[in-house]
Amino acid sequence: MKFTEEHEWLRVEDDLVVVGITDYAAEQLGDIVFVELPEEGTEVARDDEVVVIESVKAASDILAPIDGEIAEVNEALVDEPSKVNEDPTGAAWMFKLKVTDLSVLDEFMEEDAYKAHIG
Amino acid sequence: MTGLNRTALYDLHTGIGAKMVPFAGYEMPVQYKPGVMKEHLHCRAAAGLFDVSHMGQVLLQPKGSLQDTALALESLLPQAVLELKEGRQRYGFFTNDAGGILDDLMIANRGDHLFLVVNAACKADDIAHMRAHLSEVCEVVEVNDRALIALQGPAAEAALSAHVPAVADMKFMDVAVLDSAFGPLWVSRSGYTGEDGYEVSVADGQAADFTRALLSDDSVQPIGLGARDSLRLEAGLCLYGNDIDTTTTPVEADLVWGMQKARKPGGAREGGFPGAAQILDQLQNGAPRKRIGLRPEGRAPMREGTQLFASADSETPVGAVTSGAFGPSIEGPMSMGYVAVDLAAAGTTIYGEVRGKRLPATVTDMPFRAATYKR
Repeated sequence: MKFTEEHEWLRVEDDLVVVGITDYAAEQLGDIVFVELPEEGTEVARDDEVVVIESVKAASDILAPIDGEIAEVNEALVDEPSKVNEDPTGAAWMFKLKVTDLSVLDEFMEEDAYKAHIG
Repeated sequence: MTGLNRTALYDLHTGIGAKMVPFAGYEMPVQYKPGVMKEHLHCRAAAGLFDVSHMGQVLLQPKGSLQDTALALESLLPQAVLELKEGRQRYGFFTNDAGGILDDLMIANRGDHLFLVVNAACKADDIAHMRAHLSEVCEVVEVNDRALIALQGPAAEAALSAHVPAVADMKFMDVAVLDSAFGPLWVSRSGYTGEDGYEVSVADGQAADFTRALLSDDSVQPIGLGARDSLRLEAGLCLYGNDIDTTTTPVEADLVWGMQKARKPGGAREGGFPGAAQILDQLQNGAPRKRIGLRPEGRAPMREGTQLFASADSETPVGAVTSGAFGPSIEGPMSMGYVAVDLAAAGTTIYGEVRGKRLPATVTDMPFRAATYKR
């Protein structure tokens, strides 16, 4: 699993890049009450706002960490946004990206570096 | 956080893991370990304890009769204070010359004096305002050495009466001064969550012991400002500065229920408060806009500042949201705001613009969740 400075995690599964938010991000956001996911098939560029999540406190955008096409979204989060607090790095993955070259993941942090990043 | 005041419960809050934030000049707990959602639901299911010591506690000590003080206070607000019986409390609001609201408050008759509770952010102005206008008839005394603790929820009566049995006999909006192991407690059966419960003023020196005694009851959990906001919004109660302010009249704010007959057109003491001309005119002829409740379709909250429209494609907003959040007990989003009066009827569909999209919402009677006051 790789990590971004924006507190997202990425892992490769069946040639797709699965993206979600970290435990740290979920805890900072507080209780999640709303998730809006992108359409499957959408082409996205790095730093595009692709997911909106709202907690009891505020709305936040989740950015696309890399260029790609939205291959699949986790529809279960729409009806049960609280899954993001319960299992942010597992059941509450947000979307899967189809990318041309998986080596783009190399630039992101390993877990140790991410832990140091959040202090 | 320098320059901020701390309440008598500061050490207690930080000792049990509260996240502290600046609020109205105080360092206050916004949430504890369980988080906003669980705290909200706990208050509805059992009992929640809130530190509201940042709010202003003010005594009006008559120089002559209580009646003169009551009448003088009536010159600053559209409530009937004269008829307020000993041992009873009433909701009120100071108005300005334009008919806007300077602050909302609680007014209690304690026999030989009045006791007021005002908002933290307004208390300095409120006290200056009262001193400027009431000093001939009464002393305006700010109480600086007492904490204020709210205990709210279905288990509040059992938890507080374990220490102060007499509170069980109080009804909604009763007030009493009761002796206890924590010194004299100034108790009212009221609150701002829509739940049955109490607000208790206790001397600073005994506030932490009193709070620990309440928290030792398994049914009582501390609740932060985050859940306080979603609780009051579900109850349809206004937050001063958001839902009411100097630009909103009581008629626009749908707070006419908080004005008594004696002060309304045809009443024994009609008018006689700041902005009376504007407010009485709106009472008789209507106001151009009204505070409403809104239930957005779907799950996306329409938060403070969301612009409201009559249709999905109309250009000019008809109003805006003043408070909006997710309601944990109603399991959906809820908002409060102002719209043009022709769109204010319950059942009307209007549209809120959220992230560039017009989303439908239904105008809804408030409270969003029925109150459980013990009347």
